[in-house]
Amino acid sequence: MKEPEFIIEARNVSRQYPGTLALDGVSFALRPGTVTALIGENGAGKSTLVRILAGIERPTSGSLVLDGETMTLNSVRDADVRGIGIIHQELNLCPNLSVAENIFLAREITVRGVVDKRRQLQQARELLARLEHPIDPSALAGDLPLGQQQIVEIAKALSRNVRVLMMDEPTSALSASEIAILFRIIGDLKSRGVAIVYISHRLEELLEIADSVSVLRDGRMVAEAAACEVDTNWIVEKMTGRPAGQAQAPEARDTGNQILRLDSLSLNAAGGRPLLRGVSFDVRAGEVVGIYGLMGAGRTELLECIMGLHPEAAGSVYLESRPLDGMDTPGRIAAGLAMVPEDRQASGIIQSMTVRANMTLSSLGRYVRTAWLSLAAEDRAASAMSTELRIKCPGLRYSIASLSGGNQQKVVMAKCLLTNPRVLLLDEPTRGVDVGAKREIHAIVRRLAASGMGVILASSELDEIRATAGRIVVMSRGAVTAILPAAEATAEALVVAASPSAGERRDAA
Amino acid sequence: MILDYLFRLRALIVLAVLVITFTALSPAFLTAGNLTILVKHVAINAILAVGMTFVILSGGIDLSVGSIAGLSGIIAGGLIHSGLVLHPLGVIVYFHTWLVVAIALAAGAAVGAANGLLISQLRVAPFIATLGSMYVARGAALLTSNGATFPNLSGSPELGNTGFLLLGSGTYLGIPLPIWLMLAIAAAGVFVAVRTPFGRRIYAVGGNEKAAELSGVRVARIKFWAYVISGACAALVGLVIAAQLGAAHPATGETFELNAIAAVVLGGTSLMGGRGSVGGTIIGAFVIGVLADGLILLGVSEFWQIVIKGLVIVLAVILDQMQQRYALRAAAALRR
Repeated sequence: MKEPEFIIEARNVSRQYPGTLALDGVSFALRPGTVTALIGENGAGKSTLVRILAGIERPTSGSLVLDGETMTLNSVRDADVRGIGIIHQELNLCPNLSVAENIFLAREITVRGVVDKRRQLQQARELLARLEHPIDPSALAGDLPLGQQQIVEIAKALSRNVRVLMMDEPTSALSASEIAILFRIIGDLKSRGVAIVYISHRLEELLEIADSVSVLRDGRMVAEAAACEVDTNWIVEKMTGRPAGQAQAPEARDTGNQILRLDSLSLNAAGGRPLLRGVSFDVRAGEVVGIYGLMGAGRTELLECIMGLHPEAAGSVYLESRPLDGMDTPGRIAAGLAMVPEDRQASGIIQSMTVRANMTLSSLGRYVRTAWLSLAAEDRAASAMSTELRIKCPGLRYSIASLSGGNQQKVVMAKCLLTNPRVLLLDEPTRGVDVGAKREIHAIVRRLAASGMGVILASSELDEIRATAGRIVVMSRGAVTAILPAAEATAEALVVAASPSAGERRDAA
Repeated sequence: MILDYLFRLRALIVLAVLVITFTALSPAFLTAGNLTILVKHVAINAILAVGMTFVILSGGIDLSVGSIAGLSGIIAGGLIHSGLVLHPLGVIVYFHTWLVVAIALAAGAAVGAANGLLISQLRVAPFIATLGSMYVARGAALLTSNGATFPNLSGSPELGNTGFLLLGSGTYLGIPLPIWLMLAIAAAGVFVAVRTPFGRRIYAVGGNEKAAELSGVRVARIKFWAYVISGACAALVGLVIAAQLGAAHPATGETFELNAIAAVVLGGTSLMGGRGSVGGTIIGAFVIGVLADGLILLGVSEFWQIVIKGLVIVLAVILDQMQQRYALRAAAALRR
């Protein structure tokens, strides 16, 4: 009997989420002993595909084939038994357990039902030595720096004798020397016939390690090629669906006076790792400033700092020349700032409240007559905003949960606009919304700017940035690496400035 | 749609079923005398539960209300019975009755404020913070009276502190004052919850703290005031009980917090916060009160009463979960 050509295959796999089709008939196959780079913008479906292959999620339609046989994965355990492992982008270690305990979690080495700690420590030590990282296996995982935690994750996957290993941005927390070690390990795994899926935003790195490249865009597999046949230009082109270098900027507008100025904003994580490093730029009235950067570049942290969510941050924010230092979030909202946060479910909407109550939450003071809320005034304001933003909802008194993602996002925008902000901050405003609503939201953003508002729009999607922004601030590793007018902001220029190595080069300088 | 209304009105339906059942089974149930006793009992729990509703809506819990009731009763009782002894001066100060009431209410609000500060500023989990203050307030009550009861709180005319007992036994238009107090607290609670920015913000904080904060709600401040309200409501209950008994006992209010939480939950307020209503809580307090009263009239054993109360609470939560799932499905259907 002939060995099947592929270890694992996804055939015509689709995944439907409420409101969005995350994967649309994708076929993807892995050969033993090869590294396949999976590339796409945020929201293109990379993580969904990998999660389906790892048994974390089930496809809505389509099938998975392992060693030539159709199978279903019902859980991560199922995948684990079949030799399929995954290293997540977010670390999944239990910080309260030791390194060894984490590595052998749920598969403890036991003697008559009792965990054999000594053998676990021993084997963990050997695994870590193989990774050239002599981390103490009895140390608590939570006490390790991020890079070492990542190594422990990798050791955990290796301890399972995987045949298929998926790595979702494994290097985002690693230093250059740690990456070199990781690449040696990948080479070692390859020679032992392991099939590897590698997701990363560092394009140069991908081309160095990958044998083949698969590009996803809007849930579809748009291109596959051998890594030796392609370059970064090709990748950018396939990712964005537009020839690299062709910018599609909104028409240039006259912008007014400076209304917001950031002066060397810096912020460190709890462990001392810098999240923002001396970020300075300004925003003019009537201008949309795009903030482009990859995951971890510091976009969200920057907007949060402007909103006063990190009182420990250094540097100053000036709104119309007035310093906002020491002001808390409600104070800044009153002063004329408003933010649409990145994660709509977690920090944008309040699921248990009605559409109207969500909309008016930031501006309640406006509807107070003598001592109580005038429900009529509230209703008037909410319905006016609902008409203006063309929010489709069965009624303002219905639960916000009855709205689609795009309309929920518009409600969050309405909430901000009802405070009459001078500057509006938008963090990934179209994440998880359908294409139609996306276009509408972009139009709203342009309209708001045209009316004289200052807008900062942070996004990891090139298209979004280029469809809205007049000026683009590119960030990498917490620092500004370029500020480009829309006309000069080609996809390639943005991708290069956003790459982590650009952030590193800035460090060296 | 009909199902939706039935779900929403479930506490009221349960109440109606109980009233009809007990009326049919016992001729003594629907009499003016019985109802007055019943509502007076309900009033105690309902006042506590209104304060508790604000705390639970904000996403917290307040276990200290029973102890606060005990403490406030003891403070009032002590001030009326033996006055405030100022040792270095060798004087005993007696306060006017209104001032006594104000001091006891302030003490309850202060314990609530301490809860609020622990929870909103020092980020102690509400369960732990109020468990701690439950013990501290109870201990303070016991220390104040040295474990004894302050009897005979009628006061004396020459000290100018008479009239305290009216709080328990007085009537207006033939209805006992405690019932008026319950109605006033309930009305104020509904108004604050529905028609003030503070009420709206409580719902927001309980529904999604992060989103509320990003929307400009001062989350810490809102939580703080929720506990102050709960503490003041509890102190009022302590005063009413002391006035009804004509004596203040330091063990007053033990396990009252559980009855209050039960009323809130029966009334459809989610223990996760953000969903519920003061009106529902009042109905919940009546369900508990009617159930206890009716079962006594029917001669059901006290032990069975406890079992039945427990079952009703669990049933209420199951119904609540069913309603939530139903609401989610309805919302999902609207999205399409």
